Amino acid sequence: MISKTEITAKNEAFLRRITELSGVSITRCEQCGICSVACPLVSGMDISPAEMMRTVQLGQEEVTSTKTIWVCASCFTCTVRCPRGLDPSKVAEALRQIELRKAIDYMDISTIPAEEMRQLPQIALVSAFRKLTG
Amino acid sequence: MKIPYYPGCSLKTTGKNLEVSAIAAAKTLGIEMVEIPKWNCCGTVFSLTEDDLMHHVAPVRNLLRVQEMSGNGSVDTPNKMVTLCSMCFNTMKSAAGRVSRNAEDLVKINSFMNLEEDYKGKVQVLHLLEIIRDMGFDKVKEKVSRPLNGLSVAPYYGCMLLRPADIGIDDPEDPTIGKDLFEALGADVVDNPYKKVCCGAFHTVNDKSLVADLGYEILTRAQKAGGEAITTSCPLCAFNLDNRQKEISAAHPEFKQMPVFYFSQLMALAFGLGEEECMFEGNYVDPRPLLKSKNLL
Repeated sequence: MISKTEITAKNEAFLRRITELSGVSITRCEQCGICSVACPLVSGMDISPAEMMRTVQLGQEEVTSTKTIWVCASCFTCTVRCPRGLDPSKVAEALRQIELRKAIDYMDISTIPAEEMRQLPQIALVSAFRKLTG
Repeated sequence: MKIPYYPGCSLKTTGKNLEVSAIAAAKTLGIEMVEIPKWNCCGTVFSLTEDDLMHHVAPVRNLLRVQEMSGNGSVDTPNKMVTLCSMCFNTMKSAAGRVSRNAEDLVKINSFMNLEEDYKGKVQVLHLLEIIRDMGFDKVKEKVSRPLNGLSVAPYYGCMLLRPADIGIDDPEDPTIGKDLFEALGADVVDNPYKKVCCGAFHTVNDKSLVADLGYEILTRAQKAGGEAITTSCPLCAFNLDNRQKEISAAHPEFKQMPVFYFSQLMALAFGLGEEECMFEGNYVDPRPLLKSKNLL
């Protein structure tokens, strides 16, 4: 029995949206998995970078509720290793932006202890707020 | 050489030891770094989405300041600027690249800024390390009065100095700029297989343990390779690899803490500059006992 995944207009629209936002030709990913091997943070992710690319190819919007998109630190290791010249870092950013533009926060600033706040460099605070708060 | 210098926020606080030592070391090499007037935050991270122009306004405003400096004769390096922080370097160079390649973006940002002078898209963003490399490491060697003999250094590059490939200052897979520099200073350079691995970056704010796990790997691999200290050019890597050794020690009681230097501190030391320029007191793990044991202090 052959099982088929039906691609709906909604799936296509999501793929188109992420392709436009990221500027990455997501459909060109051939699922070789090098990004997942290269990623230094993959052990903290719920789906691998290659799976993230696949779910976007299939237009599965649920990918925006994975932990993976928030764990990605945009270190660009996948970017320099992708044999097809794609940039999964940009895809992760586009997925985060879908959430952040709804003014959704992925971290709660009020939970950072005052002492910790005093010690953290501005570079850490600004980049965390840019990446994780909407 | 008199070149516009963009410090960025952390170089004035937690990364003061990077700024002070780098300005002094550069001066020894004949590079005068002139702070850009009215500079503003670069945004720390480069906005990666295609439709986000808003966040490029901040870096482009800084580029415009550099253009103004080129025009008013306060520097002698037309349309060039230098950074010390790897993240500022990456964000500023990426933004400069985007607006120089995309005329429509440049017009939009210029009309948003609504200043007398438009940014023309010509400024080249450089990191001090590449200026030094282009001068030649033999020039560095000539200035060494206190060779770092016997000090085993494992250069750490992190992400923003190397990646993406069109932004990085060296081979993203096999960088050598740190090795060449510290060898010129007389140090014994060891290769850390984790020299390019991300330190966890901003996750230090929301997930300390993730950063401590990565730091543990990066530091212990350097130690296994024979390194007594590692180096960085980024105030965020420095915080994650130096200050977070407190968390690493809590999670791994057997872990032996090790100094994390800014590249420029080792330059200042080897050039015979004083403690005021080296600013070792700004480091979390005090490097002075190690340096004293090598007769370098």
